[in-house]
Amino acid sequence: MADLAIAQELNPALVLGKPGYADVTRKVAGIVEGRMPRVWYIAIACTGTLTLALAAMLAYLVTTGIGVWGNNSPVGWAWDITNFVFWIGIGHAGTLISAILFLFRQRWRTSINRFAEAMTLFAVACAGIFPLFHTGRPWRAVYWLFPVPNPALHIWQNFRSPLIWDVFAVSTYATVSALFWYTGLVPDLATLRDRAKTRGRKIVLGLLSLGWRGSARHWRHYELAYLLLAGLSTPLVLSVHTIVSFDFAVSVIPGWHTTIFPPYFVAGAIFSGFAMVVTLMVIARQVFNLKQFVTMKHLENMNKVMLATGLIVGFAYATEFFIAWYSGNRYERFVFLNRAFGPYWWAYWTMVCCNVFIPQLFWLKRVRTSVPAMFVISILINVGMWFERFVIIVTSLSRDYLPSSWGYFRPTPVDMLTLAGSFGLFLTLFLLFVRFLPMISMTEVKGMIAADSAHSGDRP
Amino acid sequence: MSERNPCNPVSLPGDEFPEGASVLDATSRRTLLKLMGASLGLAGLTACSRPVENILPAAKGVEDQIPGNPLFYATAMSLGGVATGLLVEAHDGRPTKIEGNPDHPFSRGAASAFHQASVLGLYDPDRSREVMHEGQPSAWDEFAAFAKGHFSAMAAGERLRFLSQTVNSPSLEAVRAQALNRFPQAKWIEYEPISEDEALAGAELAFGRAVRPIYHFDKADAILSLDSDFLALDSQTVGYTKDFAARRRVASEKDTMNRLYIVESQFSVTGAMADHRLRMRSGDVPEFVADLARELGLLPAGLNVLNNDPRRRWLAALARDLKKNAGRSLVVAGPRQPAAVHAAAHWINQALGNAGKTVTYVETPRRPQIAALKELAAEMAAGRVETLVILGGNPAYDAPADLEFSRFVKKVAVTIHLGVERNETGVLAKWHLPEAHYLECWGDARALDGTASIQQPLIQPLYGGRTAVETLALISGHKDQRAYDIVRNCWLAQWPGAHGEKTWRKCLHDGVIPLTASPRVEAAPDAKRIAAALAARRTATGIEVNFYPSASTWDGRFANNGWLQEAPDPMTKLTWDNAALLSPATARQFGVANGEVISIAAGGREIEMPVWIQPGHADQSISLALGYGRTACGHVGHGAGHDTYALRTSAAPHVVAGASVTRTDRTYKLATTQEHHSMEGRPLVREASLDTYRKQPAFAHKPDEKTNLFQLFPRFSYDQGNQWGMAIDLNACIGCNACVLACQAENNIPIVGKEQVMRGREMHWIRLDRYYGGPEEDPRAVTQPVACQQCENAPCESVCPVAATNHSPEGLNDMAYNRCVGTRYCANNCPYKVRRFNFLDYHKDVQEVEKMAFNPDVTVRMRGVMEKCTYCVQRIQEKKIQAQAEGRRALRDGKILTACQQTCPADAIVFGNINDPQSRVTQLKKQNRDYTILTELNTRPRTSYLAKLRNPNPELA
Repeated sequence: MADLAIAQELNPALVLGKPGYADVTRKVAGIVEGRMPRVWYIAIACTGTLTLALAAMLAYLVTTGIGVWGNNSPVGWAWDITNFVFWIGIGHAGTLISAILFLFRQRWRTSINRFAEAMTLFAVACAGIFPLFHTGRPWRAVYWLFPVPNPALHIWQNFRSPLIWDVFAVSTYATVSALFWYTGLVPDLATLRDRAKTRGRKIVLGLLSLGWRGSARHWRHYELAYLLLAGLSTPLVLSVHTIVSFDFAVSVIPGWHTTIFPPYFVAGAIFSGFAMVVTLMVIARQVFNLKQFVTMKHLENMNKVMLATGLIVGFAYATEFFIAWYSGNRYERFVFLNRAFGPYWWAYWTMVCCNVFIPQLFWLKRVRTSVPAMFVISILINVGMWFERFVIIVTSLSRDYLPSSWGYFRPTPVDMLTLAGSFGLFLTLFLLFVRFLPMISMTEVKGMIAADSAHSGDRP
Repeated sequence: MSERNPCNPVSLPGDEFPEGASVLDATSRRTLLKLMGASLGLAGLTACSRPVENILPAAKGVEDQIPGNPLFYATAMSLGGVATGLLVEAHDGRPTKIEGNPDHPFSRGAASAFHQASVLGLYDPDRSREVMHEGQPSAWDEFAAFAKGHFSAMAAGERLRFLSQTVNSPSLEAVRAQALNRFPQAKWIEYEPISEDEALAGAELAFGRAVRPIYHFDKADAILSLDSDFLALDSQTVGYTKDFAARRRVASEKDTMNRLYIVESQFSVTGAMADHRLRMRSGDVPEFVADLARELGLLPAGLNVLNNDPRRRWLAALARDLKKNAGRSLVVAGPRQPAAVHAAAHWINQALGNAGKTVTYVETPRRPQIAALKELAAEMAAGRVETLVILGGNPAYDAPADLEFSRFVKKVAVTIHLGVERNETGVLAKWHLPEAHYLECWGDARALDGTASIQQPLIQPLYGGRTAVETLALISGHKDQRAYDIVRNCWLAQWPGAHGEKTWRKCLHDGVIPLTASPRVEAAPDAKRIAAALAARRTATGIEVNFYPSASTWDGRFANNGWLQEAPDPMTKLTWDNAALLSPATARQFGVANGEVISIAAGGREIEMPVWIQPGHADQSISLALGYGRTACGHVGHGAGHDTYALRTSAAPHVVAGASVTRTDRTYKLATTQEHHSMEGRPLVREASLDTYRKQPAFAHKPDEKTNLFQLFPRFSYDQGNQWGMAIDLNACIGCNACVLACQAENNIPIVGKEQVMRGREMHWIRLDRYYGGPEEDPRAVTQPVACQQCENAPCESVCPVAATNHSPEGLNDMAYNRCVGTRYCANNCPYKVRRFNFLDYHKDVQEVEKMAFNPDVTVRMRGVMEKCTYCVQRIQEKKIQAQAEGRRALRDGKILTACQQTCPADAIVFGNINDPQSRVTQLKKQNRDYTILTELNTRPRTSYLAKLRNPNPELA
């Protein structure tokens, strides 16, 4: 979002080809107004099927019980909460790009922030399934977890429980992210409305764009609202995943009970979120020919963020090991040795390779700027991050204090199909977003080229 | 008013309402007033009611019964020919829970796992429900008609045979006598696969008569067990565990303990309690006993087979210890050891002066069973048996394989089988009659020393079943046909006169008939014969195979009892299956691992079994549990385990020598409840020798010395009112599973099935953790019962999002099932992992009749809800309400017994009010052996443990 009062040197690498306002509109709105490429239809057919599978698995789960998963005693949480933390983590990239980079005045965020913020919303939607459905009685949990008046039982929730904090954190996150995203969408929806050909489209877009006229007053309100929401969202980037990490940090289980979790989880969330953005963006810019707006500079910057957060995550792994040894606590020491050499060693080493070793390739500019390389690496990072949550949750529960209760967890096909189905839901929502809404913030990109075009004439 | 026609709508001047004029238009004022007066008078008629008809409720309730309050009845259950007195709790006219009878000399309030689970057998939906004639449903009347015709046609009954389980009932003996009187040529054979044949033969060898030893472990300071699991499967009575535990308990470092030596092949519960355990093949025990006899000077020191030093030292130290404790020592021989060993044990006991002190003898009517069955089978094969009446039992399944019982029973023209279930024998029989479960029948039974108890029914037979006594009475034309009459007359005959009725009622009430114990007899062993028998024993080489009863199915009769099938075997922790137990070295020798199937061949027979490695098992020896692999079993036991009777012959029913093992390339999944067997150095079961305890009385607290417990919030002061706590003495706990079954029965805990156990979802609220320590080949084993510790600072309470688990002011961690949404955070956060989650609807397939077993005082939890031990809060509340109703403010210690505490044969669990300085639990918690586990987490558990002590011989330490 350009500040017109301050003339800034445009970094030529951020928008290629010196487009004018009309070019931006034509390009981005054209995607929404035109026909989707065939690969979109194939993709949504696949992801739609997976989404249906998810619905079927959840129905099966609710009617039959948590026993259709592999959870047992002692591993009360397994893939369900791993998926929850995984999806919430992915959402953090969008908010960071939208809000934090905005406050830091990083111009390069403008062509990726809408995309990333949409991804956040869909990730949070996917994540939100799990806290509800992982309960044994979701038909009760759906309203007993929320602090609504409860005349029958006259009982509040237990506010000491991190799961209640989760309820507040995630619902706040979803709400604020949605508001922020929608606020940013309004001028773009107005653009689409103004270009709408059919009456139906005009009415729907007209309603959605809230009567945007583009007047100076509107712009002023818009910028103020955007700034406030960015300010609100910024602490959420840090707090939401901190709260999620408290699910573990507040417990007594060795491997969970550690103060490093808040920064560790937040760094990991940003890490996996950026990886997901890169994965999707690489495909989108190829399919929809957006290389002009999402340039190598953008991709390289995201890779650098991944490298940085990956280093933090790697450092956190090392710190955990060191502190476990340094503490002298036999249970703590055992947990970490067990992770590396116990029955789940394969999960642990997958995690370490994908999260610590492979991202180091981003030190090389050649790798950082190679689209195929970053695509593969970003996927591996997400695999690694899923395994990180799996390792934290399952290995710590599987072997804790009393060796008599040690037990192995094995996933069932329902577990696997549920995870795949959640990806289906995420991608379906994403494909719908790409179909119906401008995936690049025309407003903000135009704001970036405005300064440059100050000399180029008066094209609209 | 002028008269006018209301139908004429013509309006007249002066009429205010010309249309629809009022009805009373034609009425005069006078008439109106008359009508008003009449209606006022008649208004009172609405108060009239119909004529009163009094009905009277038929208030013929049960005397003493208040609906909702249970009643207790005394009865007895026989197992292995020995009865234990029980008290059965009945709700609304049906039995729901079994307890030991505090007044019975061999129960003293305790009940074993088999007793606790037997109530489920009553409500087994797969029980035999109707008379079957050649596979078609029939009726008792038809059988009666048949029997009348068939048996009255018989003269002396020389082709009639009766086959029953061990007869332990005076009334059955009486009817039997009368039946054999009626059919003088008929024969009566008793058979159970687990019997005392060798012990009888040993007594015959030693004393020349049939005597049974009764052990008095409470008087013994040094005990040697020769392959006898006398604390569990070879026990015959929970009284032995009580007595043993009494000498095991220590109040302070000034006390003494008994010392237990054991030689055995498989690692039994008794072996785990032993202070010194020598593992050896069952076939080598006779040699060992001979050497012991030499060491004690009873046999001339001859060719000493024991060459290797460790066993020599062991034997020498043992002999010295036994001699030192002459008169206070005890040698016990196991039922699977040959007669020579039993005889030698008698001889040694006599020589040590134990007779009359730690071991007494009573006459026993028992006779060897396998020989009799063998004779019967031969007769059946030769076609000399025309009618075979099988009163209970399952010989087609569990008779020795070489007798080919199921083959030859087809040669018998008329077989009549009376059984609780239509088992393998019932399917083959021409007539199958449903038997009454012991909880639904009148009967009587004898305890180990002959003390008799009357069995009274808690409920009418659910399916019209009849007892063996009634069936026999029907067949033999006894004058009394109903069990009640038979039993009553049998006993009233013993108490003639006016006080007979009163005595009868007292015996029913108490559950014990006084002065019925067999008198003690003196018996002197024949040393020469015993020496000769010992000399005649030859050690067998090669792999030996041992058969032992299953801790779950006994001999197979409980195969359809889901509670028992799912109760983990005390040592292996296997459920739903048996396995071939091998030592680690033997497994390495065969190159097999857990779950791999091997083929075991012996004596021309072969079976296939999955392997389970048992640390501490003797090398070159395999142990097989009996009672699995049943084919005609209900739906619960079907497919559970493998049939090991196929390898068991009449020549070698306990130990088979010279077996060979071959690997197959198949595997078989075994379900175990405990995957890890080492404490990993964690101070969970704290153990020391008695010597160490004396030097360091506070050894149990050493691991907690450096703990610095810091609490951010002020502690809640629990100094008011009742504060419940529990102390578990690890010195006494033997790990017998009685508490697990009692808890399951009391709290309506579901069974989940083998597949779910493999997934790790068993629902037991109390579990017995069994840990091995020491070298893998020859470890020690310890057992620790763990249930909800009711922590004052419970980690589970703070993390429940819906506040479904909270702390009561009396110190209990309360679980509100109806509030639980099932996030499982509480179970994750419990460091003791005592919480159980209903992952599926485990009550989905429970049939109507099974629901009668539920305890109505405890909620049955639905799917998706967390549950755990509540210190039997329903019992606490019941007693508190009672005390309040009776006006007593304080509850007496010992009034409230948790289910686990009440049934424990070793009295290892003590529950009570820790705010009461006089209560037993407070005394125990004050002992220096008392400690809590995971103290450093500052959970402040209300359950504490008393450290385990072993009493090793200083010479062998």
